[in-house]
Amino acid sequence: MSEAAAGRDVMLDISGVETFYGRIQALRGVDIEVCRGEIVTLIGANGAGKSTLLMTVCGDPRAAAGRIALDGADITRKPTFEIVRMGLAQAPEGRRIFPRMTVRENLQLGATTGEEEHFEEDLERVYELFPILRNRADQRGGTLSGGEQQMLAIGRALMSRPRLLLLDEPSLGLAPMIVKQIFEVVAEINKTGTTVFLVEQNAYHALRLADRGYVMANGRIILSGTGEELLSNAEVRAAYLEGGH
Amino acid sequence: MAANIAPASRPAGRPVDRPVDRPVDRRGILIELGGTALVVFALTVSLVGFHIKDISGGITLDLRFVDVASAVAIALVVRGWTILMRHGYHRVVAISAAAVAALLVVSLLFGGAGVQPWLPFKAELLQWLLAVLSAGFAIGAGLRISRDGRSGVAGHDGAALDEQDALMDRVGAHVQRNSLWIGGVLFAAAACFPFMPGVNLQYLDIGVLVLTYIMLGWGLNIVVGLAGLLDLGYVAFYAVGAYSFALFASPDSPLLQDLGLTEGISFWLCLPFAGLMAALAGVALGFPVLRLRGDYLAIVTLGFGEMIRVTLLNFYSLTKGPDGISNIPPPSLLGYSTQSKMDEETLQNTTEFHTAMGWDFNQADTTILLYFVILAMALTTNFFTVRVRKLPVGRAWEALREDEVACRSLGINPTNTKLTAFGFGAMFGGFAGSFFATRQTFVSPESFTFIESAVILAIVVLGGFGSQIGVVVAAFLLIGLPEIFREVQEYRMLFFGGSMVLIMLWRPAGLLAHREPTIRMHGRKGRGGRAEADRAT
Repeated sequence: MSEAAAGRDVMLDISGVETFYGRIQALRGVDIEVCRGEIVTLIGANGAGKSTLLMTVCGDPRAAAGRIALDGADITRKPTFEIVRMGLAQAPEGRRIFPRMTVRENLQLGATTGEEEHFEEDLERVYELFPILRNRADQRGGTLSGGEQQMLAIGRALMSRPRLLLLDEPSLGLAPMIVKQIFEVVAEINKTGTTVFLVEQNAYHALRLADRGYVMANGRIILSGTGEELLSNAEVRAAYLEGGH
Repeated sequence: MAANIAPASRPAGRPVDRPVDRPVDRRGILIELGGTALVVFALTVSLVGFHIKDISGGITLDLRFVDVASAVAIALVVRGWTILMRHGYHRVVAISAAAVAALLVVSLLFGGAGVQPWLPFKAELLQWLLAVLSAGFAIGAGLRISRDGRSGVAGHDGAALDEQDALMDRVGAHVQRNSLWIGGVLFAAAACFPFMPGVNLQYLDIGVLVLTYIMLGWGLNIVVGLAGLLDLGYVAFYAVGAYSFALFASPDSPLLQDLGLTEGISFWLCLPFAGLMAALAGVALGFPVLRLRGDYLAIVTLGFGEMIRVTLLNFYSLTKGPDGISNIPPPSLLGYSTQSKMDEETLQNTTEFHTAMGWDFNQADTTILLYFVILAMALTTNFFTVRVRKLPVGRAWEALREDEVACRSLGINPTNTKLTAFGFGAMFGGFAGSFFATRQTFVSPESFTFIESAVILAIVVLGGFGSQIGVVVAAFLLIGLPEIFREVQEYRMLFFGGSMVLIMLWRPAGLLAHREPTIRMHGRKGRGGRAEADRAT
């Protein structure tokens, strides 16, 4: 891994991270690097520890061992809200939008850490990425369809102008058409300079989109490489792709 | 009333479209009736059956088993009606309920409760309630008959309930949408109230009391309604505010004597201080406990409420313990005292307002002053809440109530956000507390028991979490009505409890629960505002 990162600008550096839920160990020494401007994806089966890793990066639950650094600054022991204020944003698993608040209010809450002057501009940008949200601006979050809620969750995360965007299974429970649309938008977000770390079960789409990928099983990274390498890897194909998409 | 009763008797999970001609389960009905009778008997026998009378020269026990029997009989009849309704015998219910209602009304109009021996209770209000209840049943059954006649299908119980619930939802939404207008009318009514004909000192006092609770309800609404933190010890902040004022204002206060002052500090100077002290108490409590969630927070706040009361009771050198602090002056007006009588010495230094204006002293004038002071204070609380909901901090409170994890992932510091909610809620509780002290002219720990917290919380819950007008309605129901119906004092709490149960069954989210979008946080003029609100729902 180190030669892959050599000479590159590492933004999120996860090394040797272990996480426990009570006495159950969910992560067993995970090393991942995400470089500036990249899209990196983490694929794996249910219960492999993907979401746990993403949440550990956000400080909840805290890592029991190892070190997580964002732009060189140690964030392993920081509370979630402080990590978020350092320029990281997350569209969490299950979307977790505020169902009784309108789309616009949800987006406003996303701008909590941002500066007030940017607000209208950022709102406009989110509406351009997801035009449907503009039409739904005054509708309650809970009344949106699953795909629209996912768009809202991503849009809300973008409102803080993050340098690093963490996405947890944005394709979960969505129709193939919508998945395609969301992945296109993720690519677009990346082009404007936001680094993306994407956790996915939909291995085919994720690996096609990503610059690099990691494969996780039982709380360990078992494979890594560029998106194409992993797509053509026999093991990956057998475990995650055959009969997949 | 019928509307309130119906869902109470609806067993959970019963299919909506059950055909009416299903064989009637006689044993089940008997068990249901027997159970009802047993429950009512158990509830009433000790509370109503044995009445301790306090007459000169001792107390006597008054046995009132006739009342218990009446209560059981009434419950059986009502239960019988609901069972009949459920089985489709609407006509029987309509006729019998109408007959009972008519009998009650006629008896009440010609003679009243004291004269007609067959009326079940001595208190006239209860008879009227019964009459309304029966009339409600009659109307409900009548409506059902006419609708079944039209549609040709009988017995869609659940559909009617849903309809009714949707109706209240719309009422809630409507009230929220037009809150500016309704608020204006309410405000005008409140401002004119002291000068309306027929308003005497008693009504004014009730008005002051209701407004105090409205203010407390609005204050607690910040904590419970907006931030979603269940606070069972709100009365603690009320007590802190009351004592902060009393200790500095009353000439009898030990603190003032220790400081070597003979004269108390004015209400207006003490008010901000009392609010500050309460807010500090709120933050001091909040700091260690706001990591806790839900039930645990409720337990700790409950304990804190008791701690404050017990401290006040035992810190004799400062608070004079159970003796309380008396002689708290009323608020001054434009620098003049509004006290009725002063000793010669103080009179030399201060001028009374009524003397300065050349009026005679009148107790009603003082009460009117108190009325307007609490009206202004309550409105300030309301204004604050309405405004703060549109600011980032208020929005964060609401978001925190909805989803704490999501909030943290958006960079909101949950502890600080909760602390501000707690602090602001406590501050308004403190303001209300100093008003309470100046109005009563006496404070003692007696006034700050857990039941006060429970009543304030009940106002917020019944009104619908976060609904400002709902709090007003609930305060009227819970504080105003029992005060107005003092004559039925012994049934007050029964009525209180009953209405709580009914509202929780009927509108578990509160009377006027409905959250209207707050539109925007960073307002740019011209766009947004009203038009968007109209499109919102």
